[in-house]
Parts: sequence; C-alpha cells; structure tokens
Amino acid sequence: MATTLAKAADGTEAATHAARIEHVSKSFAGPAGQQLVLDDITLDVAPGEFVTLLGASGCGKSTLLNLVAGLDRPSAGTITTDGRPALMFQEHALFPWLTAGKNIELALKLRGVPKSERRDKADELLELVRLKGAYGKRVHELSGGMRQRVAMARALAQESRLLLMDEPFAALDAITRDVLHDELTRIWRETRLSVLFVTHNVREAVRLAQRVVLLSSRPGRVARQWTVGIPHPRRIEDTAVAELSVEITEELRGEIRRHGQH
Amino acid sequence: MASTDTTPAKDGADLAGLEAGLDALETVQQGRKPFRQTFVEKILPPITAILLVLVVWQGLVSFKIVDDPSKLPAPSDVWQVVRDAWLQGELLGYIWTSVSRGLLGFCFALLIGTPLGLLVARVKFVRAAIGPILSGLQSLPSVAWVPPAVIWLGLNNSMMYAVILLGAVPSIANGLVSGVDQVPPLFLRAGRTLGATGLKGTWHIVLPAALPGYVAGLKQGWAFSWRSLMAAEIIASFPDLGVGLGQLLENGRNASDMAMVFEAILLILIVGIAIDLLIFSPLERWVLRSRGLLVRN
Repeated sequence: MATTLAKAADGTEAATHAARIEHVSKSFAGPAGQQLVLDDITLDVAPGEFVTLLGASGCGKSTLLNLVAGLDRPSAGTITTDGRPALMFQEHALFPWLTAGKNIELALKLRGVPKSERRDKADELLELVRLKGAYGKRVHELSGGMRQRVAMARALAQESRLLLMDEPFAALDAITRDVLHDELTRIWRETRLSVLFVTHNVREAVRLAQRVVLLSSRPGRVARQWTVGIPHPRRIEDTAVAELSVEITEELRGEIRRHGQH
Repeated sequence: MASTDTTPAKDGADLAGLEAGLDALETVQQGRKPFRQTFVEKILPPITAILLVLVVWQGLVSFKIVDDPSKLPAPSDVWQVVRDAWLQGELLGYIWTSVSRGLLGFCFALLIGTPLGLLVARVKFVRAAIGPILSGLQSLPSVAWVPPAVIWLGLNNSMMYAVILLGAVPSIANGLVSGVDQVPPLFLRAGRTLGATGLKGTWHIVLPAALPGYVAGLKQGWAFSWRSLMAAEIIASFPDLGVGLGQLLENGRNASDMAMVFEAILLILIVGIAIDLLIFSPLERWVLRSRGLLVRN
C-alpha cells in the first residue's frame, strides 16, 4: 500500500505535513481502456491548514479525497497522512439504527475509547456542534443541517489531525449551508485541525479556505492555487470574497471551455 | 491564521441563535395518534370484514341456500365445537402442541438459517455454489418434504422439525442475504473510515444495516414454518405424537365431522395470524420505525 501513516497523532513527534500527496496518478479501467483520472498531483496540507480542492465535474477531486482517506490506492505516487484521516461525505452517512449520540460513540468505540468515557466524550462533541439535546435523537428526526453537524461530530470523534470533506454541504439549502460554513470555520479554529475540503462551489471555497487549489478536468491536474488572506469572520457576501471568487470562476470557466474546443 | 475577530462572542451568539432557529423550523413534531382514530382506522375495518363473513355464512345456512350440515355447518355449530373443546380442556392442548412445535422448529431454523445466510451473503464461492439453490428451495412447497422425512426419520417429532427446517431455513437465509445486499455502499465506506473493517465491520455495520431484510425473512420464515408443520401434522398424524391442529383437521375429516374441520381450519388461521401479530409484525414495525422507514399516515 502506498499510503503510509506517520505517527504523530499522539503529539510525540510533530508532523510537518497533515497530508503529503506526491506525484499521485490514478487511472480506472473504462470502456475505452485505461482512463487517467488524476495526473501527477503534488499537494501538501500543512498542520492546521484549511485547503479547498476546487474543480468542475470530472476533475477527480472526490477520487483524490478517497485516495487520501485510504479507501482506494493510487496507481502511482505516494500519499502520507498524519494518522488515519476522518472523512465526511455529501450525504451524512449516519447509521439510522443508532441515535445521534450512539453514532458518535461508535466512532469512539472503534478508536478504542473505553466505555466509561464514551458518553461524556459524545456529549462534549455534540455540544461542540451545538446539538446538546440531540443525544437520543434518531437520525430521521433531525433536519439536514443537524444531520451534517452530527456527522461532523462523529468525524471529530476520530480525533485525527486531518478532516477530509467531500462536498459535505452541497445537498443543503443556502441558509443552512451558510450557517454551517460559520460553524465549520469556528470548529476548525477551535480544534486547529487540518481540513481538505472538496467542492465545486467557488464562493464556498473562498469563504472557507486559507488556500484554494483549482484542479483541471480529465485528467485532474493542479491548475492553479490561490492563498486567501481575507480575515475571519468572513461572510459569503463580503466584497473581498466576491472579488476573489470572480477571479477564480474566470479561471475555472477557462478550464471548462478548453474541453469544448476539441 | 490571519484573522482578527472584532466581536467573537457576539458573533458566536448570533450564530447559535440562528442555528437554534433553523433547527426548530426544520424539525418535524410527531405526536401519537389518539386511540379513537387508531380504532376507526385500524381495528374497525377488519372487525367489519369478519362480521360480514359471519353474516353471509349464517345466511347461507339459515336460508337453506346450502342445506347440508356435512358440507357447511352453521357458525353456531362450529362455535359449539370450539366451546366444548375449551370446556373439556382440550383446546389449549391442541394449540400448544402445534405452537410449541412450530416455535421450537422456528428457533432451530433461526440458528441454522442465520449463519448460513451470512455465509452466502459474504463468501463469494458459497454464494455461487448454493445461492441459487437456496432461493429455488423457497418455491418448493414444503409438503413435498413430508414423504422423505417420514422415510428417513419415521413418524415422530424429529420428522416434524425436519420439515419445518426445510421450509423455514431458506426464507430466513434469503432474507438475510437480501438484507446484506441492500446495505448502502455509503454505510460500508463510512464504516471503513471509522475503522470498522473485517469482523468489526460485519458486526457494527453490515448486520445492523441488514436488519430490515432479515426481519422480513424471519416473518416469512415463520409463515413457512407454520405451513410446513400443518402439512406434516395432517399427513403424518399418529396418535402417539399428540394431537396438534393438523391432526385435529385430519381427525375431523376421518370422522366426516365438518364442524370439527372448520374448527381446525379456523384455529390454524387464527394461531398463524396471532403469532405474526404478537411477535413478528411488532418486531418489523419497531425496526422500520426506529430508522424512519415507516411513515405514519
């Protein structure tokens, strides 16, 4: 397996990278032979850094995230992460046979947290995502936004230094999404986690990230990167957010247009 | 972080308030339905249907449309037979003989069908080898197993259990297989990122996720157990085995006692329905409701 786990999660040895992606390529067997999805991607995520991966459909951003999560193996190149990363999906992926609290406790249990501590930890995490009273709630009793917050709490329960997010707010309505952006920013700053966040929404990318990485499509390559210096708290309607979004959108459109020309 | 919060506390409070409002707006309140409504919607219709059948039946006899008690006894005659059996203390004996056999056989079927189903669902070779046979067996009427079972095991309780097993094991195993097949891949991926792989994954993710299919299989397994048992009891009625409902039916036929035949058929039907209503339906509803898969209408 090309993914090696650096042992720094316990803090004995400070990692210089939360994730290090070096010359990673990935191809799948398609109808027209081997199809190259990711081509020679090199990307580092520093400890505590918030990076968004931005791209149109077919840029392989979800594939890259799966590789970093260890759910799939790269065809070439290496990926090093600081411990096993936590992963959040577009769908909440909460287990419907468990309550919100028990979903979090399962993550704790699988991490080896002793039974006596799980309840307190779960309550703490629910409080962090401001769902104090939701411990006993079933998944279907929660709204979409609440489900994603529980999913976030469950991901945080893994106590990994790196949180991978695969368009986690794409299915939510605009108001809820905006609130969850604030929540995520707050939690990221409180926990000093590294976040690798995949999206196709430029504004979302700019509003959240310290660094935006634009991927080209078919195959996915790192096309360009931006460092976002806009101070927090940011709003989706901030002029600075809008201006950078316009610039990145132009670039993204250029990438997409290239595919119509041949 | 290149950030300078001006008023973090106020901003946080704003966010918390906004979030609480959203949560309140989007959460659906569910109350319990009043008993009166449940009665009108759920209990009244079947009672009406049963009464209607009884009225038509009594009418057929009273107006001498079917004027032959050996073909169609009056409901009151059947009631009389049931009452007598009750007063003589035999009725519960008949029922218990069959129900204890049925449930015990079902428990055996559960113990065999569950690991078998898991094996078929999770091991490719086993699935390819016996998967099709297992689903094919479901369409084989279990009464077909009675003659070989009698020859192999003789006229005894083991033969009854064998027939029940052959009827119920495929249903239970197949229920589990389809339950496992329908586990959303997302749950498996989510489980893997949380560290639930291998046996841990099976225990914490696959089995609970497959529970609705499994319970449906159990429900069908019970129906098949009960049917198989009745077939066995009717064909292999033997005084030493004790009189169950199937034997009661066969005895009624031998005595050309139509009231007794009706009594037996009604009891078989009622017991089958009662076990389903008391055990399997509540189990199924509980599983589905706790996952939000059952819409209250």
